[in-house]
Amino acid sequence: MTGAPVPPPDAPVAGQGDAKGTSPGPTALRPARPRWRETLGLLARNPTAAVASLVLVGIVLMAIFDETLAPQGPSEVSVQDRLQSPSWAHPFGTDDLGRDILSRVILGAGVSLRVGFLAVGIALVIGTLIGLLAGFYGRWVDDVLMRVMDMLFAFPAVLLAIAVLAVRGPGSGNTALAIGIVYIPIFARVTRASVLGVREEVYVRASRSVGASDFRLLTRHVLPNAAPPIIVQTSISLAFAVLAEAALSFLGLGTQPPNPSWGLMLAEGRGFIDIAWWLAFFPGMAIFLTVLCFNLLGDGLRDVLDPRQRTLMAGGGR
Amino acid sequence: MVVLAGVSVIVFALVHLVPGDPVRLALGTRFNQDAYDTLRERSGLDLPLVQQFFTWLGSAVTGDLGVSFRSGDTVTSLIAERLPATLTLALASILVALLIAIPLGTISALRPRSIIDRFATVISQFGISVPDFWMAIVLILVFAGTLGWLPSGGYVALSEDPLGWLQRLVMPAVVTGTVSGAVITRFVRSSVLEAIGADHVRTAQAKGLPARQVFTWHVLRNALLPLVTVTGVQLAYLLSGVVVVEIVFSWPGLGQLALQSVQARDYPVLQGAILLFAVVFLVINLVVDLLYTAIDPRIRR
Repeated sequence: MTGAPVPPPDAPVAGQGDAKGTSPGPTALRPARPRWRETLGLLARNPTAAVASLVLVGIVLMAIFDETLAPQGPSEVSVQDRLQSPSWAHPFGTDDLGRDILSRVILGAGVSLRVGFLAVGIALVIGTLIGLLAGFYGRWVDDVLMRVMDMLFAFPAVLLAIAVLAVRGPGSGNTALAIGIVYIPIFARVTRASVLGVREEVYVRASRSVGASDFRLLTRHVLPNAAPPIIVQTSISLAFAVLAEAALSFLGLGTQPPNPSWGLMLAEGRGFIDIAWWLAFFPGMAIFLTVLCFNLLGDGLRDVLDPRQRTLMAGGGR
Repeated sequence: MVVLAGVSVIVFALVHLVPGDPVRLALGTRFNQDAYDTLRERSGLDLPLVQQFFTWLGSAVTGDLGVSFRSGDTVTSLIAERLPATLTLALASILVALLIAIPLGTISALRPRSIIDRFATVISQFGISVPDFWMAIVLILVFAGTLGWLPSGGYVALSEDPLGWLQRLVMPAVVTGTVSGAVITRFVRSSVLEAIGADHVRTAQAKGLPARQVFTWHVLRNALLPLVTVTGVQLAYLLSGVVVVEIVFSWPGLGQLALQSVQARDYPVLQGAILLFAVVFLVINLVVDLLYTAIDPRIRR
C-alpha cells in the first residue's frame, strides 16, 4: 500500500472518479459523473488554478530531473565559498559549508514531494475505505469506525505526528507514515459525508434491486459519485502534508541530514539568520510556493467539481 | 466519554511503544543496577502493562499524572508551570485572528468579486499556505535583527514586566494569529454570503428595514454559528501548543514541553501533555455545542 504509485498533482486520484462505467446497462440508471476532460477544461478557465497546476507540474518535473538540473551536488562542500550571498554563480547563495543553496532547494523538492504524496496516499487509501464502509453500511459499522476516527481526531495533528515519530524513530518514511495517520480521520469524514449523500440515490437502489453485490455497488456506483469531495481533499491535504513534513524536519524529527529537505534547510539556516538571510529564505519560499499551489488547485477543483462544498471544507485540517 | 476512554488507551499505548529504556536514560552516567531497580520499581515500570495503565488512569482522573523521569517534578506541576505562557499566546493569537478575520471576511462578503474581496481571498490563501515557522524567522530577522524593535524570543510574566511581556508576545501572536485568521476569514466570508442570500434577509429588506439593522440582526446573527465552530477548532489547535512557533520564539509553552519530553523519552510528561490536549479538544467541542444552543434557539428541542 505504501509503495503504491503516487498520482500526479494535476490529476489527483485519477481513475477513481473516472467514467470507467462503460459496461452495458440501462442508461437511465447511469448517474452523471465528472468527466476528466470536462473537468480539466473548466479548470483551465480558472486562471489561478491553471497557473497553480502549471507551477506544480514544474515542481514535479524539477523533482524528477533534480540531478540533471541542480548545478552542484547537494553535499558538494567548498570551504572557500562559505556563506556567499546570492550571485550569478550561486543564484540563491551558499550555506555555511559552501553548498549551493539553489541545488539543495531543487534536490529538496523530491524529498518533500515524495513524503507528501506518500502521506496523502496512506491517508487517502485507508481513510476513504473507512469512510466508504461507515457511510455505506451505517449502523454499528458506522458507530465503531467513526468513534475510532473521533479518537484519532482528538489529538493535535503535529503532536500526534511527533508521537508517532517518537515511536518509530525519525526519517522520511516514518514522517510520511506519521502525517498519513494524522490525515486518515479527515478522509474518513469527508468520504462518509459524501457517501451518505449518494447511498440512497435512485441508481444505487435500482442497482441493488436487480441484485448487484455490495462490492459492485461500492466500486461502480457509490465511490465514483462520492469522489469529488475526496479529490478536492486530496489536493488540500497535499498542501498540508508538504507543510507538515517541513515542520517535522524543522524540529529535527523528519528527514535527517545530510538529505536536503526544505524544512531541515530552514532549521540549519535559522542559526545564520543575522548574517546570511538567504539560507532560510529560499527553502521557505519553496515550501510556501508549493503549498500555495496545492491549495489554489484544491480551490479550483472544488469550484469545478463540488461547488456546494465550498463552505464546508475551507481550511480543514489545520 | 467513549472517545475519552479510547484517547487515554491510545495515549498510553503510543507512549509505551516508544523504544528505549527511560529508566536507563534518566540515570545516565550514574547507572548502576541497584539504582536502576529502585527507580524502575518506584516508577511502577516493573508491573504488567495493563496494571500500569489502570494505575495511571486512576490517578490521572484525580489530577495526578505521575512524576517526570527527568526532573523528578510532578507532571501536573510541570504542566501548570507552562500553562500561563500557552494560554497567553493562544488567547492573544485568537484575538489577532478575529481582528483580521471578521472585518476582512465581512467586507469581502458584502462586496463579492470586488477588488477588496479578491485582495482578501489572496491574503487568506497566503496566510493558509505560509509555513508559520518561516514567517516567524522572517519576522525575527526584520523586527529583532534589522530594526531591533522587538526581542527575538523568550517570555516574561505580565506581573513582572508588562512592557516586556507585550513586546515578547507580539511576534508569536501575529504569526499564529495570521495563520488562524486566514482560515477563519474564509469561513466568515462564506457564512456571511450565505446569510445574505437567505429569504428572511430579502423579506427584511423588502419591508423597509434600514440596511444596518438588517445586517446586524438578520445577517450577522446567522453568520455567527459557523464562526463559533471554526473559532473553537482554532482555539483548540492553539491551546495544544503551536509547537514549531514556540520553539522558534523560545516560548516556554506546552508544545515545547511536549517536544522536550519526546526528546528525553520522558513518558509521564508526554502522556500527561497529550492527554491534556485531547481533553482540551473535547471540552472545547462540548462548549461549542453548548454555545450553539445559546445562539440558535432552533437547536433547542
